[in-house]
Amino acid sequence: MSLLTRNKAPKIAEHNAGRKLFGSRGATITVWIIAIFWTIPTLGLFTTSFRPKEDISTNGWWNFFTHPHLTLGNYSAIFSTSTVSGIPNGILPYVINSFVITIPAVIFPITLATMAAYCLAWVKFRGSDALFYGIFALQIVPIQVALVPLLNLFTGGVHIGTVTIVPALHIAGKFLGIWLPHTMFALPLAIYLLHNFISSLPRDLMEAANVDGASHFVVFRRIVLPLSIPAIAAFTIFQFLWVWNDLLVALTFTGGTEGIDPLNNKLAGLAGTWGSHWELLTSSAFVTIVVPLIVFFSLQRYFVRGLLAGSVK
Amino acid sequence: MSSFWSDNLPKLGQMFAAIAIFLAVLAVIFFIAGKANGKKQRPIAIVVFLGPALLLLLFGLLGPAIRTLLLSFKGSASHSWVGISNYKWLFTDESMRIVLRNTIFWILFTPIITTGLGLLLAILLDRMRRESVAKSLIFMPMAISFVGASIVWQFVYKYANPNQPQIGLMSSVARHLGFEPTNWLLTQPLNTFLLMIVFVWSQTGFAMVILSAAIKNVPTDVMEASSLDGATGWRLFRGITFPMVRSTFIVVLATMVVATLKLFDIVRASTGGNFGTSVLANEMYSETFIRYDAGRGAAMAIVLFLLVIPVLVYNIINLRRERTIS
Repeated sequence: MSLLTRNKAPKIAEHNAGRKLFGSRGATITVWIIAIFWTIPTLGLFTTSFRPKEDISTNGWWNFFTHPHLTLGNYSAIFSTSTVSGIPNGILPYVINSFVITIPAVIFPITLATMAAYCLAWVKFRGSDALFYGIFALQIVPIQVALVPLLNLFTGGVHIGTVTIVPALHIAGKFLGIWLPHTMFALPLAIYLLHNFISSLPRDLMEAANVDGASHFVVFRRIVLPLSIPAIAAFTIFQFLWVWNDLLVALTFTGGTEGIDPLNNKLAGLAGTWGSHWELLTSSAFVTIVVPLIVFFSLQRYFVRGLLAGSVK
Repeated sequence: MSSFWSDNLPKLGQMFAAIAIFLAVLAVIFFIAGKANGKKQRPIAIVVFLGPALLLLLFGLLGPAIRTLLLSFKGSASHSWVGISNYKWLFTDESMRIVLRNTIFWILFTPIITTGLGLLLAILLDRMRRESVAKSLIFMPMAISFVGASIVWQFVYKYANPNQPQIGLMSSVARHLGFEPTNWLLTQPLNTFLLMIVFVWSQTGFAMVILSAAIKNVPTDVMEASSLDGATGWRLFRGITFPMVRSTFIVVLATMVVATLKLFDIVRASTGGNFGTSVLANEMYSETFIRYDAGRGAAMAIVLFLLVIPVLVYNIINLRRERTIS
C-alpha cells in the first residue's frame, strides 16, 4: 500500500505540470466568469431579502451596492409568531415541519438500505444477483407512477375482490404518511450506492469474522456498519437535500394539511399568495435555501464522493 | 406565543419518538434473531436484513406501478374500463399538443446543454492551477430546491410596465441595451426556454463534478504521450480526452434525461404550467389532483415510464459490462 502511494506521488506532479502547459490562465478566467454569472441570481435574492419593502418595489436589487439600505425587518417579520400577512405564526412552524419530516426520512431508508445492501453483497443466496438488478432497475421508475396507488393504500388499504390484503392505514396527512413514501422511494438508489461500497470491503475481513463464528448480525454491527460510515455519510447528505427540497411527494401526501406542510411546499404556495410581498417571499426563500446550503458546504467532500460512488469507477 | 409552542412541540416529540421506536424495534429483532444458530441462522438473517426493504419496495413502488398501469385503462373515477382512450386523448387532444411539444423541447435541449457545459467546465477546471472557490460556486445551485431556484430566477425575469422601473435583471439589461423588455414569462415559446435555463443553472454543477472526476482518471501517460506528439487543444480533446470520458458523459447525460422527464417543480413554481409552459410531469399532477381524472393522470405517468425505459436498459447493459470487466 505504502509502496503504491510513494510511486504515485511524483507521477501526479508531472502529470499536472504536463497539463498546465496550455491555457492555464485562460481557463481560470473563463471558469471565474461562469462562476460569477452562476452566482448573480442567488446574490439578487440574498440582497433583496435584506432591503426594505419600498426599496424592493421601486428599484433593482443591484442598487443596493450603490445605495446600501439594510434591514433585518423582513426576517423578524417572517419569524414573528403572530400572524404575518395571512399566515398565522409566520414561517417558523413550516421550518419545524421540514426538520420533522426530513430527519426520520433520512434515518429510516439509510438504515434499511444498509441492511439490505449487506445482505445482497455478503449473504449471497440463489437469485440475490437478480434481485440486485431488479432493485437497480426500480431506481428509474418515476415516482409519478407510484403516487396515486400509494395514496389509495394509505386511505383505503389494498383489496383483491372482497379480500383485504392490507387494511386502510389512515396515515395520509400525518407525518408517518410522508416518512413512509420518502423511505420507499429512496431505497433503490440507497441500496445500489451502499451495495457498491459494502461489496468492495475486504473479503479477508468478512471471512475471518465468519471463521470466528460471529453471526451475520454481529458482523453487520461490528464490522460493516463502522466501515461503511463514509458511504452512509454521503447518502445522508444526498437524501437530506432530496427530502428537504422535495415538492411532489410532500404536495401529494400532506394533501395541504397545514399542520405538517414542509417549508418548500409553503414557499411554492406563497409565491402565489405573497406575490406582492417580495420582502417576505425573498426572506422565506432564503431560509429555505440556507439550510441545505449549510448541510451541503459543511459536508461537501462526502457529498461529492457519494455522487461519484455511483457513476465513476 | 404559547399556542405556537403547544402546536409545535408535539411535532418534535413525534419525530424523536418515531426514531426511538424504529431503532428499538430493530435492536430487539437483531437481538432475538442473533440467538438463532446452526442451519437456521442464514435464512433468518436474510429475512431480517432484506425483508423490510423488499416489503417497502413491493408496496411502495412495484405494486403501485402495476396498479397505475391498470388505472390508465380506466375512466376518471376508476370505475369502468375505457380501453386505450386515455392514451388516445393524450396523443391527439389539442390541449396536449403543446404539453408534448414542450416535453420534447426539454428532452432535446436541457440534458445535452447541461452535460456539455459541465464537460466544458470540467476540462477548464483540469487546466487550472488549483481548484478554487469557483467550482463550489457553480456547484452551489445543486443544493437549492427547484422551488427556491424558481424564486431566485424571478428576480432575473421579473417585468414591470414601461413607465415603471424594472427590478428584474434581464428586463433592466434589455432597457439599458435600448429595447423595451416584454413580459418574458408570458411570451411563448420563449418562456419554456427561460425555465430550461433555471434547470441548466441548477444541474450543471452536478455534471461538472462527475465529469471532472472522470477526467482526473484519464491515465497520465496517455495525456503526456499525446501532448509530446504535439496534440493540443481541440485535437487532444477529440482524440484523447473525450473518448476516455465518453462512458461517464453518457451516464451523466442519461441521468439528466431522466431528471428532465420527471421535472415538475420548476414549471409548477414559476408559471403553474400556464402560458404554454406545461410539461408531461406537471400535467400528470394537474390531471390527477386538480382535475381529478385518475385515468388520464395514470396514462401520463405510464408514458413517462415508457420514455425512461430505453435509458434504463442502456444503464443496465452498461452496469453488467462494467461488472464483468472488473
